[in-house]
Amino acid sequence: MARQRRDLSAAPTVIELRSVNKWFGQFHVLTDINLSVKQSEKIVVCGPSGSGKSTLIRCINRLEEHQEGDLIVDGITLTNDVKNIEAIRREVGMVFQSFNLFPHLTVMENLTLAPVWVKKMPKKEAEQIAMSLLERVRIPEQALKYPGQLSGGQQQRVAIARALCMRPKIMLFDEPTSALDPEMVKEVLDVMTELAGEGMTMLVVTHEMGFARAVADRVIFMDRGEIVEQNEPETFFNSPQNERTKTFLGQILHH
Amino acid sequence: MADIAERERAGKARAAPTVEGGALGWLRRNLFSSWGNALTTVVLLGFVVWIGIWFVDWAIVHATFEAANGPECGKGQGACWALIGEKYRYIFFGSFPYEQHWRPLFACIAMLAMLLLSCDRRMWNWRLLVIWTVGSFVTFLLMFGELRFPLTLFFLVGLVAGGIGWGMRAGIASPREIAIHKALTIVGGIGLALRIVGVIPAWGLEINAFSYVETGLWGGLPVTLILATYGLVFAFPYGILLALGRRSNLPLVKGLCVGFIELIRGVPLISLLIMASVMLPLFLPTGSNIDKFLRALVAVILFAGAYIAEIIRGGLQSLPRGQFEAADAMGLNYLQKTSLIILPQALRVVIPPLINTFIGFFKDTSLVLIIGIFDFLNTANQALVDPNWAGFPGEVYIFAAAIYFVFCYSMSRYSKYLEVELNKGTRR
Ligand SMILES: Nc1ncnc2c1ncn2[C@@H]1O[C@H](COP(=O)(O)OP(=O)(O)O)[C@@H](O)[C@H]1O
Ligand SMILES: [Mg+2]
Repeated sequence: MARQRRDLSAAPTVIELRSVNKWFGQFHVLTDINLSVKQSEKIVVCGPSGSGKSTLIRCINRLEEHQEGDLIVDGITLTNDVKNIEAIRREVGMVFQSFNLFPHLTVMENLTLAPVWVKKMPKKEAEQIAMSLLERVRIPEQALKYPGQLSGGQQQRVAIARALCMRPKIMLFDEPTSALDPEMVKEVLDVMTELAGEGMTMLVVTHEMGFARAVADRVIFMDRGEIVEQNEPETFFNSPQNERTKTFLGQILHH
Repeated sequence: MADIAERERAGKARAAPTVEGGALGWLRRNLFSSWGNALTTVVLLGFVVWIGIWFVDWAIVHATFEAANGPECGKGQGACWALIGEKYRYIFFGSFPYEQHWRPLFACIAMLAMLLLSCDRRMWNWRLLVIWTVGSFVTFLLMFGELRFPLTLFFLVGLVAGGIGWGMRAGIASPREIAIHKALTIVGGIGLALRIVGVIPAWGLEINAFSYVETGLWGGLPVTLILATYGLVFAFPYGILLALGRRSNLPLVKGLCVGFIELIRGVPLISLLIMASVMLPLFLPTGSNIDKFLRALVAVILFAGAYIAEIIRGGLQSLPRGQFEAADAMGLNYLQKTSLIILPQALRVVIPPLINTFIGFFKDTSLVLIIGIFDFLNTANQALVDPNWAGFPGEVYIFAAAIYFVFCYSMSRYSKYLEVELNKGTRR
């Protein structure tokens, strides 16, 4: 299982969080988060439900607004400036737990929408890119169907292709396999593993520990809005330091 | 998923239990399955047949189809359809000059053609604009007899059309198309400015095709069609804006929209019509005269807009949050998100209540009687006043009801069709 650790020290930093804090009303959901992500680094985020994992990665593309601290993505500091936010969203793709495909558009239209409207790409070109991506996620034959006609696994692969269609530098995944029937988890993880192999920078919230061991450069454990522990996967799983990490790993690994 | 289900079925699947086929089987299962059921069937059928026979006897067997006046018509025991034969021109076209009745007739035909064409989904693009421009031009030219398009209007259209094209199609369209949009915008803007300053004199394109007929003489079916069609066509986008405004993050926009919707919904349409007709002129500078018909139309638009807004808001609320988030995460801006993702889905959801409201307003236009406009139902009513033909209200109302039914039932069927058509493929 042991993998060669990649040396990322020379790579540029693409995401930087400096003492980021966020509250929902009085509830302190993110506490002093410091995190820096190198280009092509793969990070797996895990932790108990409600610990703020989703909130953390949703702050990176401004689906949630942080109140304190600095958040720099691809050299752009996130502010309330709409132009800044739109610039960052062009560089960051996101895949959701519940797919969130647009049910009134065909798979092809789902994929070409953003390139055509946001990047102003000619439709023909967008369709070519979309088709090659659908081949990469192994469902080119579904291009003209509607999302409602596909299985969960297929829908999630379409969602990944849709995000990739914008040629993002960073991909965020929020529990991409949690809503899937067990037999479909693998087909989605395979696509993600392939994507990782191609050098994409990835931030993945997941409890698929096999995926974390195989793909992650670093595993982050969050609890109650804090980053409690982070390490490369081998060390993280085999010799966790923090009590809370041990309890959590105990719960998800032996049941 | 279909193919998985099919594979599973191949194993131990067996045919569904057979049911007795044919008409007799259907009858036995649905109408005569038990003694109680059979009794209900017989009683209800008997009642329906009895009513039917009575109506046919009244409306056809004993009816009078030709008569010189009311008393002569009354000699038969059945319906007096001669009255309709005598009055139908007035019922359909009101006080429009009699020898010119072909004009409102063709205006109605033009509007029906326009509406029917708009029902076809394949027309839902630039064609719709052409259809409505041509259809409206023909309709109003026939009704008025002459039209005047002030220069200001041309500049305004150029500015708006060019501006929208420039803004929405930037980067997508060919450079030539963009150049056209830019030229339109600039010419329109400069022209409008010069016109307002007074450098360009007032000028208008006059089209005098027929003798002028003022709106005060309009009546009957064309009035109902114009009020309902243009009332709803303007109320629809206006209602969408109100619904979106109501969900806005900007407190002022939100407050205005909420206030407007609640205010309009809180008062009867009649009071709004009276205000538009009696009170509006008090606020306007003396001498300025807005056509009564136009005022009624504005009242209908304001009223219908508030109702449509609330229906559309329901549709917006039914969308899962993930749809908004996915659109945001892709980098779509507000306009793109709303027009490409949110509205297409929200409107699909609300087709049935929306068309229900349309049907309601088609009939509610009759309230314009209160300010002295004679729509179809009111001309029908007016036809009863003739002392020569007194005593046959039933016939006239049945006739009017039949015409209303044709329109409303068509809308209802179209609603069904649209629901199925737009949800094709999106069903699981
Ligand atoms: N929009 C919101 N408003 C208020 N509280 C929220 C909101 N979103 C999430 N929370 C709360 O913040 C906490 C962290 O949520 P989340 O980031 O979704 O956790 P996780 O993804 O780790 O399960 C939870 O307790 C949740 O109830
Ligand atoms: Mg979550």
